[in-house]
Amino acid sequence: MTLVAEKPAPAPVRAPERAPYWTMRRRDELAGWLMVAPQLAGIVAFVVVPLGLVVWYSLHEWNVLAGTFDFVGGANYEQLGSDPRLGPALRATGLFSIGLVVLNLSLALFLAVLLNQKLRGTVVFRTLFFSPVVVTLVAWTIVWGFLLQDNGGVNGFLDLLGIDGPNWLRGDTTAMIAVIVVQLFKGVGLNMVLFLAALQGVPAELYEAARIDGASAWARFRRVTVPLISPTILLTSILTVVGSLQVFAQIAVLTQGGPGTSTTVLVYYLYQQAFQFHHFGYGATISLLLFIIVLALTVLQWRMRKRWVFHES
Amino acid sequence: MKLPTLNVARLTAAAVAVSLLALAGCGGGSDDAGAAGPVDLRMTIWSANAKHTALFDQIAAEYKSTHPDVGKITFESIPFESYTTTLTTQIGGGNVPDLAWILESTAPDFVSSGALAPIDRDPDLLPSTTKTWEQDGQLYAYPFSTSPLGVFVNTDLVTAAGRQTPAQQIASGTWTWDQAVTTGAAVQKTGKGGIVVGDFDFKSWDALNSIWAGWGARPWSEDGKTCGFDQPEMVAAMTAIHQMVFTDQAMPGPGVTKDFFAGDAAMVLTQISRAALLEKAKFRWDLVPLPKGPAGEYSVVGQAGIGVLKRGKHVDAAKDFLAYFTNQENSAKLAQFFPPPRKSQLTTAVLAKANPLLKPAQLQSVVIDGIERGDIKTSHVGYAELQQTVRAALDPLWKPDADVPAVLAGVCAKINPLLSK
Repeated sequence: MTLVAEKPAPAPVRAPERAPYWTMRRRDELAGWLMVAPQLAGIVAFVVVPLGLVVWYSLHEWNVLAGTFDFVGGANYEQLGSDPRLGPALRATGLFSIGLVVLNLSLALFLAVLLNQKLRGTVVFRTLFFSPVVVTLVAWTIVWGFLLQDNGGVNGFLDLLGIDGPNWLRGDTTAMIAVIVVQLFKGVGLNMVLFLAALQGVPAELYEAARIDGASAWARFRRVTVPLISPTILLTSILTVVGSLQVFAQIAVLTQGGPGTSTTVLVYYLYQQAFQFHHFGYGATISLLLFIIVLALTVLQWRMRKRWVFHES
Repeated sequence: MKLPTLNVARLTAAAVAVSLLALAGCGGGSDDAGAAGPVDLRMTIWSANAKHTALFDQIAAEYKSTHPDVGKITFESIPFESYTTTLTTQIGGGNVPDLAWILESTAPDFVSSGALAPIDRDPDLLPSTTKTWEQDGQLYAYPFSTSPLGVFVNTDLVTAAGRQTPAQQIASGTWTWDQAVTTGAAVQKTGKGGIVVGDFDFKSWDALNSIWAGWGARPWSEDGKTCGFDQPEMVAAMTAIHQMVFTDQAMPGPGVTKDFFAGDAAMVLTQISRAALLEKAKFRWDLVPLPKGPAGEYSVVGQAGIGVLKRGKHVDAAKDFLAYFTNQENSAKLAQFFPPPRKSQLTTAVLAKANPLLKPAQLQSVVIDGIERGDIKTSHVGYAELQQTVRAALDPLWKPDADVPAVLAGVCAKINPLLSK
């Protein structure tokens, strides 16, 4: 007898089961996007779109009063290349930025080190130095405008010391110094507080070890303090450089770019071209130049961090 | 740990709702041009003086009572220093006011660009007051304030310095710039300020026209094509001003502030509308015409116009309101602050009613005679750029050892390319 094995009945073909689209991962992804959507919308609306518009405007001649908006291609960029007022504006910007950044960072660090001591009254001084940061910029500048007049408070004080003070806001050199100093006192408190926070994070045992090794106070500062607060130095230098390139209100209130064009920094020149002279297209072109300068300096500082910023890792 | 499952449908619906709300919030106000109901009008002004705005509001309320088609009429004050900049930024941003108060210096920009709608000309308007606001025979703004510059004098300070008052000098026919400088210097020796040029502050150089016009000088030719700073009249005038500041010390120097209205200076050259600041003055004062210069007697007139913006939402309604705002009756009311451009109202009787602080003789000599013979203040197409360029080029003049002709030649070198545009 031959046994014929019965073929098993073929299993019914089942359609492959579709994986549900809304997996936990996709739900989480969507939730994540929805969470950041308002922030992204803000960035698109207030950063990306204006930046795009600035590029678009820089290719046009926009007569606000006549209501005309004509495409001029690269004409505004050609004008930028041959503008005799651009050189002095860049020079004034450079002078202001270098002066402010050097003075601000040095003074802020000096004050922070000083106020990091465990002495009586340091809280009062910290408050005093920080309070200008929260004062309205224009009000602060107007008050300084009065103080810096020829017959103002600063020269009155110098007079008491037997010094014949200059007419601060009317001299080519002194006007720039005055603007830098006004901005320095306004903003140094912020960097001071950041440095204070960084100083308080430096482990005391490192100082103790250095002291045991016979390191002097200057050596301890140079070899221990500076490396350990170098990330904060990087942060403050980036913030101060970017801030210095955007100075406007102080110039507008104190000097209006003068005397001559000695304090006409790039942002003020941009404002003049766009909003006072109604050359909006050219103003947009100058603002792009400023954007490129800020970007380049920030990238440069960021790249250079590898050389001098200390990371424990 | 199991994370709570999010209800995607609900989350999406919420996000859409938030987005819609945000979009609704970002949207501007509705354009009531196409909507039914009364139209709202907005006029930009630079004055924030409560008395000015109260009068404007009163006129607007009277107009609305007979015009139910008009809803709100708003007068938007913008600080003088940034007035034109803010106005043009509003226009550029599509937030165009229906009417705007326009300064004479920027009149050519507004008129020649076609920004303003033409308005009807009242035959009562003095031709000399409408010149700045015309193009091709059409009037583009109503010159509602035509204000001559005069000299307010603190007679207490002048007599205390041992000098005759300007009124006495006028009576004896010796009211000249030489005498004014001597008076200013005498007062400055007492520690107060001598001659102050209103709004000058060694930056707004165009305010000096109240002096240089006495030398017959002009910053540029009548057609605006040729620089006038290097011309003999301007060199003489600026030399006199330089001496006034640094040699005679009759005028507070750069960086020194002396407020006439606080009683700190002998004289101020400014417009008569500032008389309101003397209402509570604690010193005796007078208003006299500008001193006689080498070119003879002269007068300088500041002017402001009100125009209807062509790209405003309600051009016809704005024109109608402007006609009402400046008609005979309202012009007489406005005359208490803003000297009218109407022939029929330039009488001491009308002006005295509106200016109780000023005597009829002052009104006649400074306002009426001033408007009739006065030059309207400097203006030019692209004025803001010219203003800034001259300011920067003129800065070296405000030093004791300045070479006046060389500085003025330098001004021309800087502005010639702008004038020839």
